[in-house]
Amino acid sequence: MRRYISAYFEDEENLLRAAKDLKNNNISIQDVLSPFPIHGLDPILGFKKSLIPTVGFISGAIGTIVAFGFQTWAFTVDYPLFIGGKPHFSIPSFIPITFELTVLFAAFGMVTAFLVRSKLGPGAKKTIHDERITDDHFVIIVDLEESGSQDGMVEEILLKEMAQEIQVKEIEL
Amino acid sequence: MYVSPIREPLIRGKKTYNKITQEIAAPIEGKAGKAWYAGIALTGSAVLLGLIMIGYTVWEGIGTWGLNKTIGWGWGITNFVWWIGIGHAGTFISAILLLFRQKWRTSINRSAEAMTLFAVMCAGLFPLIHMGRPLLAFFVFPYPNTRGLWVNFNSPLLWDVFAISTYFTVSLLFWYIGLIPDIGTIRDRMKSKAKKWIYGMLSFGWTGSAKHWQRHESISLILAGLAAPLVLSVHSIVSMDFATSVIPGWHTTIFPPYFVSGAIFSGFAMVLTLLIITRKVLNLENYITVGHVESMNKIIIATGSIVGIAYITELFMAWYSGVEYEQYAFMNRATGPYWWAYWIMMSCNVISPQLLWFKKLRRSLVFSFILSIFINIGMWFERFVIIVTSLHRDYLPSSWEMYKPTIVEVGIFIGTLGLFFTLFLLFIRVFPVIAIAEVKGVLKSSGEKNLNPDKN
Repeated sequence: MRRYISAYFEDEENLLRAAKDLKNNNISIQDVLSPFPIHGLDPILGFKKSLIPTVGFISGAIGTIVAFGFQTWAFTVDYPLFIGGKPHFSIPSFIPITFELTVLFAAFGMVTAFLVRSKLGPGAKKTIHDERITDDHFVIIVDLEESGSQDGMVEEILLKEMAQEIQVKEIEL
Repeated sequence: MYVSPIREPLIRGKKTYNKITQEIAAPIEGKAGKAWYAGIALTGSAVLLGLIMIGYTVWEGIGTWGLNKTIGWGWGITNFVWWIGIGHAGTFISAILLLFRQKWRTSINRSAEAMTLFAVMCAGLFPLIHMGRPLLAFFVFPYPNTRGLWVNFNSPLLWDVFAISTYFTVSLLFWYIGLIPDIGTIRDRMKSKAKKWIYGMLSFGWTGSAKHWQRHESISLILAGLAAPLVLSVHSIVSMDFATSVIPGWHTTIFPPYFVSGAIFSGFAMVLTLLIITRKVLNLENYITVGHVESMNKIIIATGSIVGIAYITELFMAWYSGVEYEQYAFMNRATGPYWWAYWIMMSCNVISPQLLWFKKLRRSLVFSFILSIFINIGMWFERFVIIVTSLHRDYLPSSWEMYKPTIVEVGIFIGTLGLFFTLFLLFIRVFPVIAIAEVKGVLKSSGEKNLNPDKN
């Protein structure tokens, strides 16, 4: 059995303070759902830095190599064609396409990583907790111990920050 | 967060998060008015005219255009460069202004980016039909073929293919990633089951989870970082279509920066044209404020002045280079048979934006709107001047020719204008015109209520 508590806030600053308090009391927060990104929340939730920039760099680098390599191969190995007496292997004229494909590969790589890692996509099955979350409500979901020893303390912290609709839920695993 | 009290609020009125959602979602939820139907009927007929003319061109061939041996590029390429230029403001706003942390971008980035996509679609049409045989357009891509040939990687025309298709794709990804949370908002507001399902599919199952927001912010920033040089590269490459040739008036190294600033200049003019009307019609005056118009006008005066300096530099270089062909090309532009096009360009692009030094004019909506139309016209003539006046006087006087567009070319241009505005009209009914989540994010730091707490 897993137990958790959910609470609604109308202001992100209250939620931020509540989250800080909970963290100081060593209570793990499962998730926060909000209509826009709350700055300063990531370290409290213990999120590591996103790896999306790294994915972007790697896929961009692949794009660079593919574009430059392909142009070089096509013009020096596969079919060296004289065009206006220009050299076959001419780095400056390969740069524009190399740059464009770098950006293209990086963008596709990052978007794919974002959607796959977040399990988002057309037809993704996600529970929508509440329709107000994408409007003006901020939800915090806190894990509780099975014994229920933390309930009182968590509720107290949440109430102090004017949380509403505090609910304890239990899921049978 | 400390914000100076004299700073102008970016969001006017006493807004709450809920109110922002309601007001921005209103055009999607409400019924379209008569004006909208009238508008789309007008633009739709223009599209129809364009389609007929494109069909005629494909059926009969490029001979239906006013082009001749001397002037091989006329309205078609002029329109292409003009549309691509207009397509530069959107990604400039969302990418470069994001990197510079300009908060005023949040109210205008969504619509400007949509505009970018539509403008690039219009632009892409022209090279396609200019090929004469659009069914063979796939020849521009390097694919293995029985002839064993590859495309010419040394040609700027090919760089263009890559630049524009990459630009369109990356802008589309950037725009859509930004839209996902807002589509989620619309999904949660929709009452009918069918609409909920459609927006549910489009929202990719967005929940607003903190981890998703973290990745969303990270990807937006890096995409912006990539899109910023991309914006600059696209029009640089377009300018190389001209600059790498040996035609007097085209063969100048100033072209890339000059084209890029011209593109941003004309793009912002088109954003102003559209948004001054949109904010009024959709009741978004509290989000797209006079302050936003002023900020855009400041970019217009900056880029417009760069364009002015570029024109003068071109003239100076023609004289200073001592090359008589170059000197003739520029004298001929200003005093030759196309002198009127040159002076329309000069007065619309160089002189008229200088009026924006007056704060009163910069903050006047009527003036900004009229000026934006002037700039749109002026920038169209810039491309016309560059293309037609440089070509119509060849090295051989026996090749000298004049160019006049035919009704077919004019019809296709009107058709793309129709396409652009049709797509924009559809867009404002389907997706939120303003980035809801981003505006909510700056409400506390830039909303009127929070800037002047004593008055409330």
